[in-house]
Amino acid sequence: MRAEAFSRPIRRELIAAWGFLARNVHLTKRYWGWELVWFAYSLTSSLAVAYIGLGTERLAGGGVDGQALTLYLLVGTLVWSYLSQIFYVISEMVAWERWEGTIEYTFMAPSSRLTHLVGTSLFAVIYGIGRTLLILAAAAAFFRLPLAGAHLPAAGLWLLVGSVSFVGFGILAGVMPLLFPERGVQMTNVLAALLLLISGVYYPVEVLPGWMQLLARGSPATYVIQGMRGAILAGEGLDQMARPLALLALGGVGMILVGTWAFSLAERYAKRTGRLKRSG
Amino acid sequence: MYALSAESLEKRFRKGKGKLIWALRKVSFSVARGEIYGILGPNGSGKSTLVRILATLLIPDGGRAWVLGYDVVRQPKQVRALIHRVSTEAAFFKKLSPLENLLYGARLYGLSGRVVGRRARGLLAELGIPPDRQRRPMEQLSRGQQQKVAVARALLQPPPVLLLDEPTTGLDPRSKREVQELVLGLRREKGTTILLTTHDMEEADRICDRVGILDEGRLVAEGAPWKLKQRVKTDGRPVSMEDVFFALTGKEWEDES
Repeated sequence: MRAEAFSRPIRRELIAAWGFLARNVHLTKRYWGWELVWFAYSLTSSLAVAYIGLGTERLAGGGVDGQALTLYLLVGTLVWSYLSQIFYVISEMVAWERWEGTIEYTFMAPSSRLTHLVGTSLFAVIYGIGRTLLILAAAAAFFRLPLAGAHLPAAGLWLLVGSVSFVGFGILAGVMPLLFPERGVQMTNVLAALLLLISGVYYPVEVLPGWMQLLARGSPATYVIQGMRGAILAGEGLDQMARPLALLALGGVGMILVGTWAFSLAERYAKRTGRLKRSG
Repeated sequence: MYALSAESLEKRFRKGKGKLIWALRKVSFSVARGEIYGILGPNGSGKSTLVRILATLLIPDGGRAWVLGYDVVRQPKQVRALIHRVSTEAAFFKKLSPLENLLYGARLYGLSGRVVGRRARGLLAELGIPPDRQRRPMEQLSRGQQQKVAVARALLQPPPVLLLDEPTTGLDPRSKREVQELVLGLRREKGTTILLTTHDMEEADRICDRVGILDEGRLVAEGAPWKLKQRVKTDGRPVSMEDVFFALTGKEWEDES
């Protein structure tokens, strides 16, 4: 009896989490035209960045390993594409529902906010992985990528652990559209641009000014990208990355806890000030 | 225990620089189980604010409110499991079909897709949404059909308390009548308690057991429609709810709404 009383609410929350995930899958299918446009945009951007590697070899007139540089840039752009995807899906969930006009309906449902965030985050990770693999497959057709020495399982692990941190960052940034119905999304865009600048996506963070390098230490993307490059370009395995991975995972969990707490405070504020309304 | 009750509810909003607008001022009322209680008032009278507070979407600045004994501020999760709200704007994902929207809504309430699928199709057909429309995006449905889907969503697992925030606004007379019949049927068959806000006097008169008149955030009168009419009757002429509103607020209904 007691076990049933305990399992029923959990089952309800699991169904609700699946509901958020399935809803986003349905929406992705219905907005397939936009998905195609964004995929083409991401692919061409990734290719444009990767070609800088071959271009630099030509401009330098030798002395630069164009293929290695291309792979260096491609890892950065693909990892960033994946992490930013997670960040945007989660951070814009409030803005998206406000635009659709469903925000009050979703926030009035008996499922918990944690379930809401878990369902959305699961979708973000699955969607991000699928999309990034597709871009990688398409990009691989354009370059001869020197992947012989790459430690792919280690790279996958970096990406998964990095996802946790970005889920936390996304939840934290999701507070903005909740507090600022009109400018919130732009604020999350600024945060994403700042992360792109300081995290060494296209260059080593060491080339940044000292104060920016300090900021880079606070960005989980810095560690994910460094780790991915270590695994793919230098073939670094689990023995070399156990400690930084553990630290990244710990930071990610902490970020999720802080993000969820901040989100609950912002939700309460929005309910006090009447900001939990549809727009338009 | 009342199905719904409020005690001295207050809510104000800040508009512009420092200017405070009162949406609700010391509003108190109670609704018995199985009762249809109407909140009548023109635009901006505080009807939607009241419903949003009861639906746990707004936190009041003063006073308290309960749904079947649960405090809407202190026990929001318990309250949410007992209510459903249908509002003027049919809140749906425009690109999703009625079935996909219903499935999403049901899952948020812990109902699995397997249980809901067949029931949703049957319910939509019962409400006059043909099978081919059930799979088309919501944006291709008429306003009346969208509102019926909103009602269907609430009926998938009929809640003990239903909050209807101007559910028939903007509907053609036939759709309006169909939604009203659904409301009456729900109370008759399931014993659902219904709070209905409207600025349609005829609707309030027809389906509500009691009504409360809200004017500039104040509940100025409440009672059964026939009792309110009797209260303002001065000569032998028949009295409408518009006359009641005028007599109790000093304002013409047409001007206010």
